[in-house]
Amino acid sequence: MFTSNPFSELSQMSAFITPAVMQGYVILMVIMVIGGTILDMIHKKSAQYFFENSKKAQKSAKRTVSSGEKASLAISTVTSEILTSSEFCNPKRRISHLFMMYGFVTFVATTAIMIFAYPTTATATPTILPMLWHVGAAMLCFGGYWFWFFIRVDVSSEGVSLFKLERADIFIVSLLTTATFGLIWSYCQSSGAALTTLSFILFVVSSTTLFSTVLWSKFAHMFFKPAAAYQKKITKADGSAENLPADFDLTDPAVQKQFPDIPEYMGKNPPNMGLGIKRESANHY
Amino acid sequence: MPTFVYMTRCDGCGQCVDICPSDIMHIDKTLRRAYNIEPNMCWECYSCVKACPHQAIDVRGYADFAPLGHSVRVKRDEEKGTIAWRIKFRNGKKDFDLLAPITTKPWGTCIPQLAGESAPSDSMRNSHLLYNEPKYIQLDKDGKDSLHTLESNGLEIKEGVQY
Repeated sequence: MFTSNPFSELSQMSAFITPAVMQGYVILMVIMVIGGTILDMIHKKSAQYFFENSKKAQKSAKRTVSSGEKASLAISTVTSEILTSSEFCNPKRRISHLFMMYGFVTFVATTAIMIFAYPTTATATPTILPMLWHVGAAMLCFGGYWFWFFIRVDVSSEGVSLFKLERADIFIVSLLTTATFGLIWSYCQSSGAALTTLSFILFVVSSTTLFSTVLWSKFAHMFFKPAAAYQKKITKADGSAENLPADFDLTDPAVQKQFPDIPEYMGKNPPNMGLGIKRESANHY
Repeated sequence: MPTFVYMTRCDGCGQCVDICPSDIMHIDKTLRRAYNIEPNMCWECYSCVKACPHQAIDVRGYADFAPLGHSVRVKRDEEKGTIAWRIKFRNGKKDFDLLAPITTKPWGTCIPQLAGESAPSDSMRNSHLLYNEPKYIQLDKDGKDSLHTLESNGLEIKEGVQY
């Protein structure tokens, strides 16, 4: 199961699902994602919002940010906020998101490679590809089900029933069903079980739902969130900081002189203040 | 419109939902981010603004008190143990920071033992501040006119969030 390419076996077994059909489907899904994201941006007026936000920041900027600095901030956005999901403060949410993100990327990338480069059994698929396909789906399932049952804010902070579905659930549910039915289909196909066709149909329905509902789901956050993180870094660099107070170095004597409460109550070398300060987890409903 | 959430900064962590004393910060069912469901009921207590780990909540003060163009933002940094405010006046002449240590005590400590405190003296009772006590809080009444509680009104709190 883990070393066999399910798509090449599918094109071998089915007269209808030729490599051209599979490749056409992938291209169609990519077009739907691009189209859905553009429509989402037009509908939410995201580009206009980001543009006006950056204009507002420039008005209250205390210094200009050079293009070299902007480039390095963009790189740090990629390495920090995108690759390590550093925007999350809660470690559980961060780890769950990392599993889902890398699982999804691995799953989709290996799907595309196997469908375009090794669509039939004529060319042998390198075993690393189906293995990564299964690992990606498993990672997506692990992070996704953990999020679904324990981390979802409706359930953990508002006491909403675990089984109540909302529009915000389109993305996570379609992600989970795609990965789950993908794994079930791969198992059934490799073991010759009876549910192969049904699980394949459910897999295709789930993935079509996932990529076609970009306009109504959270899918496009993967493009908006990096843009928002980059903008936040720019505001910190140019001093406007969205009108938030500056980050003070508490050991700096000038800061201690300006704010005498700090050395009076916290001492000259202010430590972490300890218990009583930290927020508890948000489930006191 | 009192508190509002910058949706690009919010990640739907639920801290504001948890802390709002008016129970009006909730999670949007389409975006799974926080929003203020009833601005009319907002006390502008700034609990959610301080609790948000991403500083995604801001306050648009009531117009009779805080005219357009001002900015009051707060950053509660638990790692450093400080709370910092930045206040900008709308005439552009004042833009200053305030920084102070966080004074939240550990849960269960520093609870004032009011039973051990002495009652207000007659001179305090007759003063400007207390002359209508206990009438205003209905402690001198019995029966149906006494202090209103959930139990006395036959109500109970249901678990979970209903809105």
